[in-house]
Amino acid sequence: MALKTEPIVVNMGPQHPSTHGVFRMRVTFDGEIIKDLEPVMGYLHRGVEKLAESRTYTQFIPLTDRLDYLASMTNNLAYVLAVEKLGNIEVPPRAQYLRVIMAEMMRISSHLMAVGFMINDMGAFYTPLLYMYREREKLLDLFEMVCGQRLTYNYMRIGGLSHDVPPEFLPALKKFVSEMPGFIDEYDQLLKENEILLARTKGVGILSKELAINSSASGPVLRGSGVKWDIRKADPYLVYDKLNFEIPTGTVGDIYDRYWVRMVEMRQSVRILEQAIEQLPAGEIRTALPHLVRPPCGEAYGHIEAPKGELGFYIISDTGVAPYRCHIRAPSLINLTALKDMVVGLMLADAIITLGSIDIVLGEVDR
Amino acid sequence: MDWLHWIIYVVIILAFVLTLVMSFILIERRVVGRFQLRLGPNRVGPQGILQPVADAVKILLKEDIIPSKVDRVVHLLAPIVTFAPAVLIFAVIPFQQAGNGLFFDLKSTASMVDLDVGVLFIFAISSISVVGLVMAGWASNNKYALLGAMRTIAQMVSYEIPMVLAVLGIVLIAGSLSLADIVDKQNIPFILLQPLGFFIYFLGATAEMNRSPFDLLEAESEIVAGVNIEYSGMKFAMFFLGEYAYALAVSTITSVLFLGGAKFPWGLLPQSFIWLLVKILLVFFVILWIRSTLPRVRVDQLMGFAWKFLLPLSLINLFLVAAEGMLPSGFTWPIVALNVTLAVALVVIWANRFYRVGGAKVA
Repeated sequence: MALKTEPIVVNMGPQHPSTHGVFRMRVTFDGEIIKDLEPVMGYLHRGVEKLAESRTYTQFIPLTDRLDYLASMTNNLAYVLAVEKLGNIEVPPRAQYLRVIMAEMMRISSHLMAVGFMINDMGAFYTPLLYMYREREKLLDLFEMVCGQRLTYNYMRIGGLSHDVPPEFLPALKKFVSEMPGFIDEYDQLLKENEILLARTKGVGILSKELAINSSASGPVLRGSGVKWDIRKADPYLVYDKLNFEIPTGTVGDIYDRYWVRMVEMRQSVRILEQAIEQLPAGEIRTALPHLVRPPCGEAYGHIEAPKGELGFYIISDTGVAPYRCHIRAPSLINLTALKDMVVGLMLADAIITLGSIDIVLGEVDR
Repeated sequence: MDWLHWIIYVVIILAFVLTLVMSFILIERRVVGRFQLRLGPNRVGPQGILQPVADAVKILLKEDIIPSKVDRVVHLLAPIVTFAPAVLIFAVIPFQQAGNGLFFDLKSTASMVDLDVGVLFIFAISSISVVGLVMAGWASNNKYALLGAMRTIAQMVSYEIPMVLAVLGIVLIAGSLSLADIVDKQNIPFILLQPLGFFIYFLGATAEMNRSPFDLLEAESEIVAGVNIEYSGMKFAMFFLGEYAYALAVSTITSVLFLGGAKFPWGLLPQSFIWLLVKILLVFFVILWIRSTLPRVRVDQLMGFAWKFLLPLSLINLFLVAAEGMLPSGFTWPIVALNVTLAVALVVIWANRFYRVGGAKVA
């Protein structure tokens, strides 16, 4: 006897615990197997791009903090780099090195959260996540030391930084850098060869190389699929061309590769931090600029390798005090577009960790 | 005097279950807190020991919501059907054996009823809780709850088989289904004679009580809360208590079947209820340890693990026990050594050659 069956449509989100904010997926299930998935976005839309047009160039910096709030410093950096490109503003070398230090600290912090929450989605009941929180906490203490904030830093300025780091910052950072590889070893001990983790992630949520490139994915999602593309190498900004580091790439493009790429990138970031501390010159931290920056008429696209991928700001100036138009290329949003292709045919539980492995932050997806 | 016996034991069991369940909730939160580099609740009362009381008061004051489109009768009955069997199990648990004890001596075994078919009773009763969960999942009229209920049926039915087959080994050695007899026969704890049986039973029981890594029916990150998503207030508390009562039941059954119940190992000290309690806490600690370490398996991997890993091993185990039963007595220690080696070897070989958790693929 053949039973009549029909697929069920489940609304996952916007209040689902694993959608990393207010993301919503309309999923069609056949039993537990996904037949169709439709991402629904826009629950956190704040009109950031439009807000940029009514603020001066400097006033917009704190708003960039609110995009990818797990990597605020990187957002600051991408924005000020775009404005500096537009206005041809030179940045003193000390500021460039400090920017690299901040960006790499932010990358470690963001990857810790990405990996931790992905494994949490896998049902590991917070333990790996809380171990990772321990190190993130140390990083947040360092950020607090620098700029008094722990989440939204507002530290970068057009032409440099808001102020120099305090004298106790560098010793504290050196201590962190010397300890961090040991902690990453500890995570590897807990996770790397865990049979269940391997079973859940190997060969699941595959994003092929071609599809990764065609969907213009970037960051660990692209590198996990085996494409060696990192803006720090491909289009070096700041002082990345003076630093030695490697770009890890995956082979299959599954969840495990993305996880692995993030773990290796953390180690590479520690390496970059070591070198940057060594090479850090003394001197000015900001170029003298008029109170109101008025870049010449024109347009510029500044992009950096944010923890989640290529973060770009496209700014058009009409010589006014505010941008004429500011577009943000958010890596989370663009990486998310490939989600459906990764999960159709898999099971409900796979969809959740695939979403976790893309590492989205809704503040950036919806802007 | 029969009615007195019943009343006393009803009070004892209810007090035992409820106080231990309350303390389990606290122990779990504190111990898991330690595993996760944090303190756990420590604000209510000294060392947070009044936290369960605060939780209970909070949950009693919550609004009792019945969603408009639920099947009311089934919806209201489900929490009771889930909770009651967990308590019923304790009717056959021997808290202390007849004879000399550490503090007091007993004329007969201290259990409510010493059923001749105690083991059978336990498994029969504990599978009733599945019905409650399915009722909850169906009656809630919620897709997540339905998915949870579907997972429940599949999981419970599959894991019961290897679990019962593993316990059958114990029954063969002891030659009795009565729990008091099984404890009596344990001159050395059966975990040494039956390491593979213990392994299979423990994993099966972990799945039966929906504990990590088999907690699929209430997988928070996947189906939010599963079957109890639409429940609030005291109805939710019943599910919650039922889950912990079942964890307590499994810890107790494991202690009785495999760790020698109220006996002190090798009889170095007189038997006492205290030893049973210590063993229960020990088993519960291991459950917490697993919970705070491992990620969750996927549905198909869960089923594959039961049918392709646990079931063949439990059959092999049963065969081994039967074969060893034909040996003359007096070979206890060689058999222990042989069984421990065989258990490790079988698990390793089976995991590497025949079935890996990651081996099952979605069709």
